Amino acid sequence: MPTLKRTNVLTEVRTHYCPGCGHGIAHRLVAEVIEELGIREKTIAVAPVGCAVLMYDYFNCDMTECPHGRPPAMATGIKRTQPDKIVFTYQGDGDLAAIGTAETIHAANRGENITVIFINNAIYGMTGGQMAPTTLTGMRSTTSQDGRGEHGEGPPLKVCELLSTLDGVCYLERTAVSTPKDVNATKRAIKKAFQNQIDGRGFSLVEVLSMCPTDWKLSTAQSVDFVNNEMKEAFPLGVYKDKG
Amino acid sequence: MDRHETRIIIAGFGGQGIVLIGNVIARAAVIEGKNVVGMVSYGAEMRGGTANATVVISSDEIFDPFVAHPDRAIILNQPSLDRFEPQIEKDGLILTNTSMIQRGPQRTDLARIKVDATQIAHQIGNLRVANIVAVGAFIEHTNLLSMSSIEQAVKDLFSNKNPKLVEINLKALHAGAEQSRATGKSRPGGAIS
Amino acid sequence: MGEKILLKGNEVMCEAAVQAGCRFFAGYPITPQNEVPEYMSKRMPQVGGIFVQAESELAAINMVFGASLSGARCMTSSSSPGISLKQEGISYIAAAELPCLIANIQRGGPGLGNIRASQADYFQAVKGGGHGDYRVIVLAPASVQEIYTLTMNAFDWADYYRNPVMILGDGISGQMAEPVEILPYEPIVDLPAKDYILDGCAGRKPRVVKTLVLRPTDGLVTHNEHLQGKYKRIEAELSLCEEYETADAEIVIAAYGITARIAKGAARLARKKGIAVGLIRPITLWPFPSDAFAAVAKTAGQILTVEMSHGQFVEDVKLAVNGGCPVRFLGKGGGWYPTEDTILEKIESMAAASATIAKGEL
Repeated sequence: MPTLKRTNVLTEVRTHYCPGCGHGIAHRLVAEVIEELGIREKTIAVAPVGCAVLMYDYFNCDMTECPHGRPPAMATGIKRTQPDKIVFTYQGDGDLAAIGTAETIHAANRGENITVIFINNAIYGMTGGQMAPTTLTGMRSTTSQDGRGEHGEGPPLKVCELLSTLDGVCYLERTAVSTPKDVNATKRAIKKAFQNQIDGRGFSLVEVLSMCPTDWKLSTAQSVDFVNNEMKEAFPLGVYKDKG
Repeated sequence: MDRHETRIIIAGFGGQGIVLIGNVIARAAVIEGKNVVGMVSYGAEMRGGTANATVVISSDEIFDPFVAHPDRAIILNQPSLDRFEPQIEKDGLILTNTSMIQRGPQRTDLARIKVDATQIAHQIGNLRVANIVAVGAFIEHTNLLSMSSIEQAVKDLFSNKNPKLVEINLKALHAGAEQSRATGKSRPGGAIS
Repeated sequence: MGEKILLKGNEVMCEAAVQAGCRFFAGYPITPQNEVPEYMSKRMPQVGGIFVQAESELAAINMVFGASLSGARCMTSSSSPGISLKQEGISYIAAAELPCLIANIQRGGPGLGNIRASQADYFQAVKGGGHGDYRVIVLAPASVQEIYTLTMNAFDWADYYRNPVMILGDGISGQMAEPVEILPYEPIVDLPAKDYILDGCAGRKPRVVKTLVLRPTDGLVTHNEHLQGKYKRIEAELSLCEEYETADAEIVIAAYGITARIAKGAARLARKKGIAVGLIRPITLWPFPSDAFAAVAKTAGQILTVEMSHGQFVEDVKLAVNGGCPVRFLGKGGGWYPTEDTILEKIESMAAASATIAKGEL
């Protein structure tokens, strides 16, 4: 059982993530996949701005930080000049679906042969709980204090649904890390997204519904319930595109 | 003004091959080892309005690449004449394509070359070479550059496209020159010093 | 001397980049620099390079960021409003100490402005433009041939100093065609090994490219001091300037880029009229050739700064001259363009005024 030992793709640095946060699980899954595919020494990762900005301290591979929202553009520059390397971005909802929406859509539409790990926790974490593009309708945040949708915020942006209309995209799947079954499904999806890149199939994105107890102002157990009951309803899990 | 240079404007409407005229003249100047700066008007005024290109030729260093007041003008349509005639230097020279221009230049200080460029091009069998007809008349009249340099520039520009184009453009060049010789010089044009 | 061919400034810049080994270009269309992406879209595939038409200026500069940290010689190009959008990326690239070339073929501003030539982005180019204390090496070519050589040099200096370099051109020098000699590329400095690039950590420890410095608590202070140390070194090593007949000049014109070229013509005309006029032309706008200006101020009676803006470059001239002689100004923005005659007129009025003062009539 490889999951019972430490993966060499993560460093032995203790993460800064809050208790109950989903980033730790997602990091671990990405790292295990990289290890299992034997690509650590050819991987270049692009970190976002947001809670995962410090992921370069935790990953034991070449890593770059990137201006907020621009990882798909930067990854384009890296992958196009080094097509034999494995390039992935790891982005939160603000990074990927607000300030970086254009970069996401166009990298996807160009069919860039990269892997995107999209952590959707429906809130801005690092800045302290402001409304995200994926904040649920009616959900309160420090910038939607009466609940999203009451003051012209619009409904949450559904990234997989949006990108599924683009012919350039190879693979889109939405998963979660709120139950053991979901964690296993997420790992399978991430592995497929990396395998697609190895096989030269083009743009693959895995959207991972994840917990943020701190900014949701819930307990860790309540946060798991929130993903299972509320988020999965707003963001149905499943494969949104698979060119095979 | 004490300048050893010739400042040319070429104007017409988009599609008349204005840029190509500038290119032929500028390349011929390069062939003769002269200093040259060429520019094409750019922007959102591409089709329908006036297009223009400028060429500055000098045996000395060229300082100002921008032609605010040309001393030679090659004008292929009426709107361009209306727009650029007032800008030409005193005692300058103007070539007009009489096929496309009903009202001639108003100024009396300008030396004039009149050429039925479009009509001649029609006779040659390709309206698109009207621009090169104008070049032929212009060079024959002004002796600004040698006709052989112009021929070489035409060959350089068209040889990698289609040899037939070289042939028809050279024909246009010589037809323009011939009409210029036939009509004579309204006033000595003068080569650049 | 080799054969000269007729090319536009924008095209020459591209060819120089290709000759210097640039193999990645990302850009976005904007007048008056559209020849650049057009040329590169055709030329890059011919040499095994990459051209990407980016969805935005932001994406373009970040694609270049990615190409640079991959070790590729890379560039992007735009015109004024587009360069404003790139500033975020430029700040990051400067902070990460990565090499790249950015070309600004300036047009009229502010706002959408117009598409005529301008020099109103001087402050933005030499004083930062983006956030934080950083510097970009800024080059101001005055002829198409110089666009060629400076573009090749730009890649060397970018690699040598691990710093972004900007070509600060304008709509006229980008659009004008001149005969140019396509010279083979030769590095002008000993190029350091790129031991910072991310190419997978095979056989070595993983590398990180980052600009966030949270730990230790004074880490960003240290990083800034390190950057400033580098900038001091660049200032000491790379201040380039051309002087023309300044030795005996009563009036010295200070101008850069396309304006300097016209000013040189005006200086010649003035000499024919018996006014001793020279020209000082910075080739690097940052680092600013302050020493050369200070020296000129000791011998010149007056300096006339000419620029296509309402007075940006003139501030650096005044700082360098430091009261050494009076500094006059001729300039406008919005697409205004100085002719030799306009400059000559200003010179004549300056000469007349100083003659009046000399006679004690004021």
